Amino acid sequence: MKKEDYMDIDFYDDRTGLPLSRREFLKLMGGGIVILFSVGDPLLLEAQRRRGQSLPDDFNAFLRIGENGRVTCFTGKIEMGQGVITSLAQMLADELEVHLDFVDMVMGDTDLCPYDMGTFGSMTTRFFGPPLRAAAAEAREVLIELAAEYLQVSTSQLKAEAGVIYHKSQRQKKVTYAQLTKGKKIVRKLKGKAVLEKPSDFTIVGTPVLRRDAVAKVTGEAKFAGDIREPGMLYARILRPPAHGARMISVDTSGAKKIRGTQVIENDDLIAVLNEDPELAEEALGQIKVRFEKLDSQVDDKTIFDHLLKVAPEGDIVSQGGDLAKGEEISKSVVEKTYLDGYVAHAPIETHTALAKIEGDKATIWASTQGPFGLQRGAASVLGFPAKKVRVITPFVGGGFGGKNSNQQGEEAAILAKLSGKPVQVTWTRAEEFFYDTFRPAAVVKIKGGVNGSGRITLWDYGVYFAGERGAQHFYNIPNHRTMAFSAGWRGAPGSHPFATGPWRAPANNTNTFARESHIDILAAKAGIDPLEFRLKNLKDERMIRVLQAAAKKFGWKPAKAPSGRGYGIAAGIDAGTYVAHIAEVKVNKKTGHVQVKRVVCAQDMGLSINPEGAKIQIEGCITMGLGYALSEDIHFKGGEIFDMNFDTYEIPKFSWLPRIETVLIDDREAAPQGGGEPPIICMGGVIANAIYDATGARLLQLPMTPARVKAAM
Amino acid sequence: MKKTIRFKLNGQPKSLTIDRERMLLWVLRTDFGLTGTKFGCGEGFCGACTVLVNNEAERSCQFPLEDIDGKEIITIEGLAKNARLHPLQEAFVKHDALQCGFCTSGMILNAYSLLLKNPEPSHKDIIEGMEYNLCRCGSYNRIVQAIQTAAKEMKGG
Ligand code: FES
Ligand code: FES
Repeated sequence: MKKEDYMDIDFYDDRTGLPLSRREFLKLMGGGIVILFSVGDPLLLEAQRRRGQSLPDDFNAFLRIGENGRVTCFTGKIEMGQGVITSLAQMLADELEVHLDFVDMVMGDTDLCPYDMGTFGSMTTRFFGPPLRAAAAEAREVLIELAAEYLQVSTSQLKAEAGVIYHKSQRQKKVTYAQLTKGKKIVRKLKGKAVLEKPSDFTIVGTPVLRRDAVAKVTGEAKFAGDIREPGMLYARILRPPAHGARMISVDTSGAKKIRGTQVIENDDLIAVLNEDPELAEEALGQIKVRFEKLDSQVDDKTIFDHLLKVAPEGDIVSQGGDLAKGEEISKSVVEKTYLDGYVAHAPIETHTALAKIEGDKATIWASTQGPFGLQRGAASVLGFPAKKVRVITPFVGGGFGGKNSNQQGEEAAILAKLSGKPVQVTWTRAEEFFYDTFRPAAVVKIKGGVNGSGRITLWDYGVYFAGERGAQHFYNIPNHRTMAFSAGWRGAPGSHPFATGPWRAPANNTNTFARESHIDILAAKAGIDPLEFRLKNLKDERMIRVLQAAAKKFGWKPAKAPSGRGYGIAAGIDAGTYVAHIAEVKVNKKTGHVQVKRVVCAQDMGLSINPEGAKIQIEGCITMGLGYALSEDIHFKGGEIFDMNFDTYEIPKFSWLPRIETVLIDDREAAPQGGGEPPIICMGGVIANAIYDATGARLLQLPMTPARVKAAM
Repeated sequence: MKKTIRFKLNGQPKSLTIDRERMLLWVLRTDFGLTGTKFGCGEGFCGACTVLVNNEAERSCQFPLEDIDGKEIITIEGLAKNARLHPLQEAFVKHDALQCGFCTSGMILNAYSLLLKNPEPSHKDIIEGMEYNLCRCGSYNRIVQAIQTAAKEMKGG
């Protein structure tokens, strides 16, 4: 596990997150069979280690087979579109031999679910999957033992099938799970000894299944945080500064108080208006007279890169080998380039939303969050409540992409509910969403690379500033190389970014893959070799070779030196343990600089794919979303003022941008499942940059590749 | 000045007395508790708030309630008839044409009015007709497929 993968997560002792004692908790659970298990999440273990604690021997996830035979999994993970509500249920159903409809998922409720760090980093399937399957296998063993007793036969003669345990040769001898769990109360703690089903026995895992939440979502029944209603609830609008770092000089809220039914809250810097009608709250906000003093910062979206280089901290070596000086000496050509990447917003269609209610000494918050337990702790601290008196419930989340790890809106709703004595909903406007987003950091990558006369890469000197180190390390076979990362992760050091930054879908890797794959292409062109052939020639990693070849085969790649005029580009990368290779075809309008991506082929090796249909959807989603950061998305700002307030100036991909998308899944049934919600997005900058070069001979060194920049490069 | 607005909402006659300008989106979500219509941007850019007004797709965040007088509104909650999903809803499920689902109501209703006007849309017609409904999760491809399937289904039925 890389340092920065956990550096940016706020950890706290997972036991404090558990609102009930284990005994209370088990009492609440009622009868049936309960299997407690620990998710062997390396991040969590690392965090524990760093805090000098011994590893917890307690559980942090569990499943229950109720007295009605239904299976429920309780997890602090949340569903935000990535489909885990389906894939986790699928694993469970498969391992437990029950029909998928018999599995219920309870997700992201801090009162019901054991502590979880949050849903991010493509980790749900990777780290949660295996112990979940083991727990289910354990439950199946318990059931078989009970059945053996009940039917008076030995366990080896029994077999579970669709919620019923049968005698292998006398099928009339059988008992259902519900019969077995009736009146029982069995608690087991998983020690990880249960025998897992072999992948070849999987019936549900690995076969396409439609989303379980689809019907609720097409009928409007699915509840998101903003759809929760509580009697007497008020809608809040909060007074915001015009720029980050601005200071309030004076404020006059008398106008707001005149708007019918408005309650004005003034609590230090927090000034808000509450009304049972959201439009009246908006109107009241408009009546507040306020003066702010802005910071005198001049850095903007053009000068930011110089600023970042100036304030960059000392670098850390990510990896190195050989001798750079010697590498330079034996290179026939050496190319040095600087790559730039601007700030990018998460921009989920659902803005940050929360409803908070306080009854006595207990708070309940429904929030659109990727980290319910983080919000529980944050809200407890602003309320002055113990964490166990704060319950966070996570309804469906309308997209997160990393942005909803930040829970400011939930804390705002909580404090406003406390101050007003009423349930309060905070729904950020689109402008607030663009203002308080934790943007993907602007970043600079400097690369010096060299090739020798026979097309071998002989030198690689790589430095990434402020993106973070995920994906910085190259995977090519290069004798003399060094990779450095400057800045401690994607949050940057104080004084570096003018506003908050944070993890964005496949954090750091989009920037790193863009820079690396562009530079590899430049070296290929220098060597006069076809970009695919050049990559294969400089690779030893078998998995990488396999995905590249798979993508090339699907695409029908014909070797040619770039720029060939065809507009074909190639890029590859590794993220969250998953290997991806993309090949794209673009058309560039030479007059306007507009780029239309015609076709993208993506080959992905993610180990065992739990839900191939889900994985394909994630690939399509990543490719589509990736078009945005590659071609248009860029936050415009000056000082702490952000000029983008809605989707008119901040353009995200639309229907007409869509390329033809083809996917190849390299399914390795015996390999551990890896992340799939993020990896396929990492190549989008590089693959399009390389295709633009192939089409026009123009090399783009900055993301996004807007028409103006493409024109300028030609 | 008070004014009473009468309209049909998902087939039911309704009336509401207002004394100021109100947008349909908030009336649906607060007064009628129809939360399937979503707020995404509030300025007409995303289409998450799309509803049907006399079978025409409209952005409810930009639609004053006054203009509803005498008209018929259908929201996502009113699309399924007698507990049977509309072919578009069915096709969205079948094609997995959603991820987080926040844009879905707007997508389906926009497609509904598109198909009314053009029952046999080409791929290009669909793209053009759907262009200004945004999906951040990147479900566009599958949404197009779902609309094609629904179009066939509706013609057959
Ligand atoms: S909320 Fe109405 S168009 Fe976005
Ligand atoms: S499915 Fe998430 S915005 Fe469309």
